[in-house]
Parts: sequence; structure tokens; C-alpha cells
Amino acid sequence: MAAGRSLRRWAWVHKWSSIVCTAFMLLLCVTGLPLIFHEQIDDILHAQVAAVDVPPDTPPANLDDVMASVRAQKPDMVPHFLIWDRDDPNALLVSVGKIIDADPSKNTLVRVDAHTAKYLDAPDVTGRFTYIMLKLHTDMFAGLPGKLFLGLMGILFCVAVISGIVVYAPSMRKLDFGTYRRERKRVVRWLDVHNLAGILLVMWTLVVGFTGVINTWADLVIKYWQFDQLALMTAQYKDRPIVMNPASINAAVKVALKAEPDMKPSFVAFPGTIFSSKSHYAVFMRGDTPLTSRLLKPALIDAQTGTMTDSRDMPWYVATLLLSQPLHFGDYGGMPLKIIWAILDVITIALLVTGLYLWLRRRKPGVSLERSVASASALEPQTP
Amino acid sequence: MSGHTVFPRHRTLGRIFAIPALIGVMSVVGLVTALIGDGIWDGLSWLILGTPVVIYAACIFVPRRSR
Repeated sequence: MAAGRSLRRWAWVHKWSSIVCTAFMLLLCVTGLPLIFHEQIDDILHAQVAAVDVPPDTPPANLDDVMASVRAQKPDMVPHFLIWDRDDPNALLVSVGKIIDADPSKNTLVRVDAHTAKYLDAPDVTGRFTYIMLKLHTDMFAGLPGKLFLGLMGILFCVAVISGIVVYAPSMRKLDFGTYRRERKRVVRWLDVHNLAGILLVMWTLVVGFTGVINTWADLVIKYWQFDQLALMTAQYKDRPIVMNPASINAAVKVALKAEPDMKPSFVAFPGTIFSSKSHYAVFMRGDTPLTSRLLKPALIDAQTGTMTDSRDMPWYVATLLLSQPLHFGDYGGMPLKIIWAILDVITIALLVTGLYLWLRRRKPGVSLERSVASASALEPQTP
Repeated sequence: MSGHTVFPRHRTLGRIFAIPALIGVMSVVGLVTALIGDGIWDGLSWLILGTPVVIYAACIFVPRRSR
């Protein structure tokens, strides 16, 4: 009897956590699907100036020349970040804003050839299909509150998945794993689909769901890192003004590479941006494997003297954030992994739609789901 | 409800969750292997994470003879 009561409680948790999050989870699954392939979609929909294809041992351009070409093209903008494009080793991206403390999410990305330092283009991405999908997926155009709200929906989804495991047991008491009663009414068939999809995807939905939740906290995590670690690393520079005419960025990256010869630069944050202090270049170094390429290590280079101030590994909370990104995006195992990610996403949509249908059906007068699935349901008290 | 008299054999929790538990463990392994390295690790990950997709398709789309 106690078991029956506790099961009823789990069923209640499963029902309500699902009802609240389903509409938003459908939005997330549908917008997330094209985002898995955002590079390919952008390539098809938008022409971009290609960087010169060079032999593999071509030396990279001097980064000061790269910055000079950006300044020549965007004289009224200030650089925030210099980024090595993960997907195109021949291109560098420079993120520029109106002023140094402008909101970096509204920055323009300038593409520069990594070997010739020539300006390529600076497309306005805000009208793009992938941009609209990304905004709907991350914050529904509602900024940080929208992000945190979707994070909350993600937590409810994880609760629904976990409570789903509990209510799976009684409904499978008389059925073999993977049973699909194709000859029965839709409500029975869809219950089978819901049970099968839910139980097969438990770990994947939990991992992608929860890493998505972690990603919604990114802004807060970075703020905390600034306050916690960055401030400590640059304490003696605290009261200095922002360095407006910093020393050579090329030399700064060289100093960072010398300190971490086995790592590659991932991006450089300019003095005064959210990822650095007012008086440092922060050169974020990365490793070479799918795992270590995500775990960044910042080297802080004094932007006036060009010498190294400090370099430390990221604390656990930033490392967690950085690692949760590939696990959410599915972009760490080539195109086949992306395709698997997409199929699993579609099965998750089937899970949500069948779940919603089963709930709506349950409420319809005259139709007793309990009765039609009686052989599968064991929410009634059990005797051994 | 007289379900348990009509269907006397109830499956134990162990039996109900044997395959799901195996798939859960495999999924974690599959998610991690692609993080470790490229090449063979990626291939392993595709194989493991593809398994639930194949099972899903086999159960839903392939008709089985009734016993």
C-alpha cells in the first residue's frame, strides 16, 4: 500500500513537471535541430569570402597586421576579442564593439585571413535563420531572464525524465521491453512509443538537458570567475585605467605560447573586456584532444610591458561550463555524431508529443485511458 | 482490476530495468568516448550512441510475428 502511494506521488510529479515544461521543451527541440547543423546551413544560405587556401606549413600572419586590417575597416569600433576559428583554420575572427564595455553579445564579427592578414568580410548575422533559431533556443529574445527561465524548464524536464523512470516500472510489469502494440488503438500505441522513447533516451536526455541548464548559467559563471579569480590574478593592477593603446598582441601571444608550448591559442580578450582585466591581454590557451580543446587556460599578459603576470587553470565551475558545451551541442565527434544527435532530438520530440497526447486523452470524458491500458498500468495496488 | 489473475506472471524490477540499465551505461560510455579522442574513439561513440536509435526503429517500424 505504501508502495502504491509513493508511486502515485511519482506519477503526480511526472505529470506536472511534464505539463509545465512540454511547450518550452518542444520549442527547444525544434529550434535545436537546425542548430546542430548551423555551419552547414549558414554555408548554404549565406555566401562568405573564403580565406586563401594555403599549404599546411604556411606561417600565420602577424597578429598586429591582422588588427591593423580590422582597424582600417572598422575605424569607429574597438576590438574585444581575437578568435581562432575552430571550423576554418585559415580564418581569424575579431569581435568588435562600439565601445570597450559594450555588451559583447551585440558585437560584430570581422573575418580576417589568418595567413595574409587581409580583411575578408563582416556579415550582419542578426537576420539569419540560424541566428533567429539560436535566440529562440537560448533566451527567446528575452535576455538573461529568458535564459534563466528556459534553464528552469530544463530542470523540470530532467525531473520529468527521472520520475518517468519510476512510473515506467509499473507500466511495463506485464510487457516485454520494447513492446509496440501496433494493432491496438492510437492511445495504446503512443503509450508504447512514449515508454520506449523515454527509457531508451534517459541518459541522453538527462545529459543534454542538464548541460543545457548549465549553459543558461554561463553569464553568471563568467561574472563570478571575474570576481573570484580574475580579480585575484590582477589584484596589483586594480586601480589602473584601461590600457587604450596596448602593446603588440603578436608579442603577447608569443609570450603565452612560450609559457604553454604544448597548447594552442583559442582566443585573446583585450584589456577592459569581460574576460580580462583593464590592463591585460588574456590569452586563452587550449589543448589538442576534444576534451582538452575545451578546457581553456588563460595567460594574463601585461598590455603595457608585454610580460606575463599570471596563468592558472580555470576553476572547477568554469571547467564544468566549458565541458557542458560540447555535451549539449554534440559537436565533438564529427558529422556522424551530429546526425545521431539530430535523430535523438527527433525521438525526443516524439516523446514530448506522445506525452502531451496521453495527457490530453486522459482528460477527455468518456475515454478511459486507465481501462484501455489496463494490462499495462499498475498504478492500482499490487499483490505479489 | 483483476489484472494479476488474468496475467499471473509479473516481471520483477530487475527484469524490467535490465535492458534500460545496460543502455543507460552504454550511453554514458558513448558520450564520453568521443570526448577522449578522435578517430577510433569517435567511431566507437557513433556505434554506441547509435544503438538506442536502432532499437527504437526496430521496435516501432519492424513488424514482429505475434507469438
